Amino acid sequence: MRPLDENETTVVFEKIFKFVGNNLKNIVENPSHEGPESDPGRYCFRLQKNRVYYASESLPGLPRDLHREVHPRGSFHLTIMSLNLLAANAKHKVWLKPTSEMSFLYGNHVLKGGLGRITDSIVPGDGVVVFSMSDVPLGFGIAAKSTQDCRKLDPNGIVVLHQADIESI
Amino acid sequence: MVLTRSNKKAPKSQTPPPFKKLSKAQTPPVKKAEKPQTLTLKKGAKSQKKPPLKKQKKEDVVEEEDPLEEVSDVESEDVDESDDGEKGSNGFFSDDDDGEEELLGDDFLDGSGDDEEEERSDSDAALSSDSDSDEEDILKESEALDRAKAKEEEDADAELLDFNKEVGPDGESEHDAFRMPTEEELEEESRGPPDLPLLQTRIKEIVRALSNFNVLRPKGASRKECSEQLKADLASYYGYNTFLIGALFELFPPVELMEIIEAFEKQRPTSIRTNTLKTRRRDLADVLLNRGVNLDPLSKWSKVGLVVYDSQVPIGATPEYLAGFYMLQGASSFLPVMALAPKENERIVDVAAAPGGKTTYVAALMKNTGLIFANEMKVPRLKSLTANLHRMGVTNTIVCNYDGRELPKVLGEKSVDRVLLDAPCSGTGVISKDESVKTSKSLEDIKRFAHLQKQLLLAAIDMVDATSKTGGYIVYSTCSLMVAENEAVIDYALKKRNVQLVKTGLDFGQDGYKRFREHRFHPSLKQTKRFYPHVHNMDGFFVAKLKKMSNMKQSLEDGETVEQADVSSDDDEAEEMEKHAVPNKQQPKETKENKIERLAKSKEKKKGKKDGKSKSKNVEKKPKKKRSEWKKEIAQAREEKRRAMREKPKEKQ
Repeated sequence: MRPLDENETTVVFEKIFKFVGNNLKNIVENPSHEGPESDPGRYCFRLQKNRVYYASESLPGLPRDLHREVHPRGSFHLTIMSLNLLAANAKHKVWLKPTSEMSFLYGNHVLKGGLGRITDSIVPGDGVVVFSMSDVPLGFGIAAKSTQDCRKLDPNGIVVLHQADIESI
Repeated sequence: MVLTRSNKKAPKSQTPPPFKKLSKAQTPPVKKAEKPQTLTLKKGAKSQKKPPLKKQKKEDVVEEEDPLEEVSDVESEDVDESDDGEKGSNGFFSDDDDGEEELLGDDFLDGSGDDEEEERSDSDAALSSDSDSDEEDILKESEALDRAKAKEEEDADAELLDFNKEVGPDGESEHDAFRMPTEEELEEESRGPPDLPLLQTRIKEIVRALSNFNVLRPKGASRKECSEQLKADLASYYGYNTFLIGALFELFPPVELMEIIEAFEKQRPTSIRTNTLKTRRRDLADVLLNRGVNLDPLSKWSKVGLVVYDSQVPIGATPEYLAGFYMLQGASSFLPVMALAPKENERIVDVAAAPGGKTTYVAALMKNTGLIFANEMKVPRLKSLTANLHRMGVTNTIVCNYDGRELPKVLGEKSVDRVLLDAPCSGTGVISKDESVKTSKSLEDIKRFAHLQKQLLLAAIDMVDATSKTGGYIVYSTCSLMVAENEAVIDYALKKRNVQLVKTGLDFGQDGYKRFREHRFHPSLKQTKRFYPHVHNMDGFFVAKLKKMSNMKQSLEDGETVEQADVSSDDDEAEEMEKHAVPNKQQPKETKENKIERLAKSKEKKKGKKDGKSKSKNVEKKPKKKRSEWKKEIAQAREEKRRAMREKPKEKQ
């Protein structure tokens, strides 16, 4: 378990930035409210066995959840474990209609017809967090179209490419 | 007119008590425990609809009711029907009471009690010649009725005997009383596939006989024979192995045994637990109701439990489940966590955590503060544990993969506030979930589990810091009914460590056994709790809550020895403090051991003990020492303590 080095840190931050944007600062500097000690340590990123963990500083050497995976080739994938964290800080959100919730959970991409709401100013290739109408985070994906284009799409057009959802745990 | 009225009333006045009894019994809810009464109440309504058919019978039957009341085991349909009749007739009588006067005033052929009155008058006419001589008629009637009553009583007795014989199912003749099958019959049975209806009736018969053996014993059969036969029949009918049936037989009387075995055949209701980290029970219930799930709050002792009756969608696949709003969890699994009552910002260890239902509950109660060590020995189960933790949004938990007995070494002794040990067990309480337990468990298995559980419990106790401000508790639970895995393990821990049983905090459930067959346990064991499927409608479970009194590893049997230990171990106490500070290492232990021995020798000289071996009273358990040596030491320590106990009162005197 070691802290990330330069390259890894950039890769990780970039990826997270796609989803979270400027809220990245929040993530990095979030005061830790866990741990038995009363004074909070900060969260930090740690690397273990090709996986990056986001853990509280106050508990050294103890792995925590919310991890993401680093592939040996150096590309970085976010796993579903990080959903809670992303959802809290996400910049781009998409809300699904109740009817298409299950479809997304089975691994399908989000179609225009299933779209309930969508935040503005989404650029294609942005990370998007998918919610249900009751604000329950369901997963995340990559935006296929910008918000403007979505409006022009036919109902079967893909809006969000499915990357991970909560059923895959 | 007057005559008819009096005639009609005569029978009633002659035998008012039974009728009045009946009328009273009919209207308010029946509080008698006797089955015939309750059954007849239900059927009374029916019989009232068929008055014409049952007229003749009713009169006879009315008198029969008294002797029948005394027999509580009578269950035959004959009796029920007759009771029906009398209930119905009584209804008519009570109706007649009200309506008769008016009706008779005009014309006794009219009115609701019409037919009956006619019949009455007919029968009366048969008895009495004319309507002129009232009193004579009444006398004659009463005599006739008395005779009839006596006759009915005789018949009833005879019928009872017959009934007994008739129901006896054993093989050939129906008119014999129930008797045990002979060897030839048993051989015949074992040759072919088991005859299930025969087994069932025989089981019922033997259970009935055993419940009141003095009265109902089959001819020439001892209680033991009946028990053995019952066990064999239950084993083959329900599919148990002989060991398990024998074990259950020892735990429960025959009637309760039947109840629990029947309960094991059925599933317990599905229950879920709201994840308070993410939602509230009310909100969750609303959402699930919208999805078409039929649910209710679980019970009054749980604020987070919901019971699911049925559901249009699979309850384990809703988006709410996937988002971690609830956990599918048996009601009995709530109990050890409720007993544990973890507080925020504590350090907790869950020694056998997978699949994580209890661990996530603990985390929810702690509101994701503090620290939980979720340990699981089997690697394949780790995945489900981590998955559940992630799903439920638990962030204060560390998952580790150790053998529970090693945990004190890994985490350090006296390092945590509370420990939850839901020990691996034979699973005899959850037969409804897993039928293979019926056939796969043997005495050896139970012994092995018991041994493992004892070791785990000692390790768990060692991990707890007795001086913790908010904690110092260990909760031990199993899903087994066996005394060897439950009370015996706790009793062992009480002897081996300085712990005490405290109230579990669960105000329902049966108390644990203080003594069982030849075992005698510590009296505080009645603070443990047992739960049964046929009583509480949840899986069989056992929960015990221990408080660690001090970090000393010896056990102290009562107050006097505590004082003694304190008094005499001033030197040792300092040593022990040092020991606690230093982690277990080989060399320091040895030197300290020598120290102890020296001190012990000096102490012995002081107290003039005669013990030859110079082993210290306050020797600590050292895992590096040989087991036999250690055991000897403990035995020696105990003997010395006892002697000291004897000496102390003498000294005081």
